[in-house]
Amino acid sequence: MTAAETRRPDGAQTRIHNIGYRSYDGPRLGRAYARRSLYSQSLRGAYGLGRSAKSKVLPVILFAVMCVPAAIVVAVAVQTKMTDLPLDYTRYAITTQAVIGLFLAAQAPQSVSRDLRFRTVPLYFSRPIERGDYVAAKFAAMASALFVLTASPLIVLYLGSLLAKMDFADQTKGFAQGLVSVALLSLLFAGLGLVVAALTPRRGFGVAAVIAVLTISYGAVSTVQAIADVQGSTGAVPWLGLFSPITLIDGVQTAFLGATSAFPGGHGPGTGTGAVYLLVVLALIAGSYAALMRRYRKVGL
Amino acid sequence: MTTAVVHATTVENVTVIATESLSKRFPRVTALDRLSVDIGPGVTGLVGANGAGKSTLIKILLGLSPATEGRAQVLGLDVATHGGDIRERVGYMPEHDCLPPDVSATEFVVHMARMSGLPPTAARERTADTLRHVGLYEERYRPIGGYSTGMKQRVKLAQALVHDPQLVFLDEPTNGLDPVGRDEMLGLIRRVHTDFGISVLVTSHLLGELERTCDHVVVIDGGALLRSSSTSDFTQTMATLAVEVTDTDEHPDGTAVLRARLQERGITLHARVEDGLPGAGHVLLLEAAGEETYDVVRDTVAELGLGLVRMEQRRHHIAEVFRTDEQQQPVPRQAQNQALLKTAAERGDGRDGS
Repeated sequence: MTAAETRRPDGAQTRIHNIGYRSYDGPRLGRAYARRSLYSQSLRGAYGLGRSAKSKVLPVILFAVMCVPAAIVVAVAVQTKMTDLPLDYTRYAITTQAVIGLFLAAQAPQSVSRDLRFRTVPLYFSRPIERGDYVAAKFAAMASALFVLTASPLIVLYLGSLLAKMDFADQTKGFAQGLVSVALLSLLFAGLGLVVAALTPRRGFGVAAVIAVLTISYGAVSTVQAIADVQGSTGAVPWLGLFSPITLIDGVQTAFLGATSAFPGGHGPGTGTGAVYLLVVLALIAGSYAALMRRYRKVGL
Repeated sequence: MTTAVVHATTVENVTVIATESLSKRFPRVTALDRLSVDIGPGVTGLVGANGAGKSTLIKILLGLSPATEGRAQVLGLDVATHGGDIRERVGYMPEHDCLPPDVSATEFVVHMARMSGLPPTAARERTADTLRHVGLYEERYRPIGGYSTGMKQRVKLAQALVHDPQLVFLDEPTNGLDPVGRDEMLGLIRRVHTDFGISVLVTSHLLGELERTCDHVVVIDGGALLRSSSTSDFTQTMATLAVEVTDTDEHPDGTAVLRARLQERGITLHARVEDGLPGAGHVLLLEAAGEETYDVVRDTVAELGLGLVRMEQRRHHIAEVFRTDEQQQPVPRQAQNQALLKTAAERGDGRDGS
C-alpha cells in the first residue's frame, strides 16, 4: 500500500500502479437524474433485471401467463377468419386480474418494503433527492411495470387483429380505449399496492396483505352484487362496485370507454354514476400518493 | 467556475461547519441548546453520551430537519436554504444497519453513487476505487448478507465516500466492532482526511478512541457545547517522554540513578509512575521541553553506562486535557461534566486495555 509504484525493469507493460486516491471532478447530475435513476432501477427491479436469477422467475412467468392467452386468441381468430376479436380489449385485464394481483403482490413489497426493513431509506434522503422524489419514482416505476404487464397482451391482440385484416378503425379505437383503461388500472393498483406494502415492512406480510386487499374486496363486492342482482335490486349493483379496485376500473370503462360490464347481469354504471367511479379512482390514486408521502415523513433519518 | 472554486476553497480553509446558537426543541425534549461551534477542515470528533444531541446535529447539518432557532452553515452553505446542495457535497454514514442483504457491495454502492448524481460510468469507476480504498476486494461481488460486521461497516463507509464529498459525517463508525476492527476503522478514518483530502466529522461516545484519530474534539452534553479544543495543540505543548533503562552491576537500580541524575540537570520529572503497564515502576516520565531534552537523556544514560530500553513520546488522553482545564477554570456544570468525561474516559480505557 505504501509503495506508490512498483516497476519491473524488464517490460514496460508489467507495471503495477497503486494510483492512490483519485478525486472526482466530473459532472454531478443532481436531483432530477437521481430520481430518473431510481425510477429505472425500480422498474427494472420489478422484472428482476439487475437482480438475482431467482427473482427473475416469477415476473417472467406472470408476464408469459398474461401474453400467451392473447396470442392464442389471435391465433384462433386468424385461423377461423373472424371479423372481430372474441374478447374486448377492455375485458382482458378484468379477466386476468388474478395474474395482475399476483404480480403486484410480489413486486410492490420488493420495491418498497426492502428499503424500509433494511433501513436504506435514510441513505437516499442523505443525498440530493427528497421524499417527494423517492415516492414519485417508486410510484411511477410500479405503475409502469403494471402498464407493461397489462398493455403487452393488448398489443399482441391489436397486431393480431391487423394481421387478420379486421376493421382498422374499429380495432384502433378499441385498442386505444383498452390502453387508457389499463393505464388507469396500473396507477390505481400501483398506488394501493405500494401503500399496503409500505405499511407492512416485512416482505411476507406485504405479499399476503396485497393479495388480501385485492381478492377479499373483489370477492365481497361481487358476492354482494350477485345477491343484489338475484333479489332484483339491480339499482344497487353499480353502486356496490365502488368498493373494490377491479370493479372500479370495470365501472369506469363501462361508463366511458365503451366496455360491456362484467358486473352480474351486466348492470354497469351509466354516465352519471360513472363520473362518481372516475372521481373515486382519481381520489384513490391521489390518496395513495399522499399516504406514501406521510409514511416516509417519519423515516427520514 | 474558477471563482466559485477559489471561493469554496477559501471558505473551506476557514471553516467547514459553523453553527450559531443552534437550537432544536421537541415538545418534551431540548435536543440542542444554543450550540455555537466552528469546525475547520480535518478530522473532528463529536463526543457526547447517548442522547446528547449528536444525531440531531447531523440531521440539521444535512438540511433534513429545520432548527428551532439559530443558524448553521456547512461548506459555506446555509442548511435551511441549500440542503440539496449540501447533500450533494457531503457523505453520510448512519449508525444503524442500512444495507440490503441480497445485493453485492458493488451493485449497492453503484446505485448509491447514482443517487448522488454520478453518471453511470463514473459511478462504476468510483465504486471500484472506493471499495478498494476501504479494503474490500474479491468479496465485493458477493451478497452483503454474508459479510462480517467489519466488512459491512466498510461498505457503509464506501457509500458515504463514493461521490468524493468534501465532508463526511460518520455516525458511530466503530459501533459493534472488536478492538482490531476498531483500530482498522479509526486508521481508515484518519486516511480519509490525510490521503483523500476529505474532512470528517465523526461521532462517538468514547472519548478515548477519538484522540488518536482527530485533529479537533467537540464535546457536547445535553445539546450544549461543553468544550471544543484541538488535540494537536495539546500534544505539542505538553509532550511527555517515557524512558526505560536497564540495571547494571555498577548501578543495581538504574531507574533511580537516572532519575537523580536527570533532576540534577534540571529536567522536570513526573512523580507519578505509570501503573498497570508492563515495566511499571521502571519507567520514568519526564517533560520534554524540546529537542534538547532527548539529547540530555541520551547523554546521561550513556554516561551512566545503562542500557536504554526505550524512549518514547506519550500522549495524554483527551480526558486528562479536559479534567485539568476544568480544574483551572471551573464551569457551572462541572460536576455533571466530570461525570460524563469520567465515564467516557473509563470506557475508553476499558477498550484500550482489552
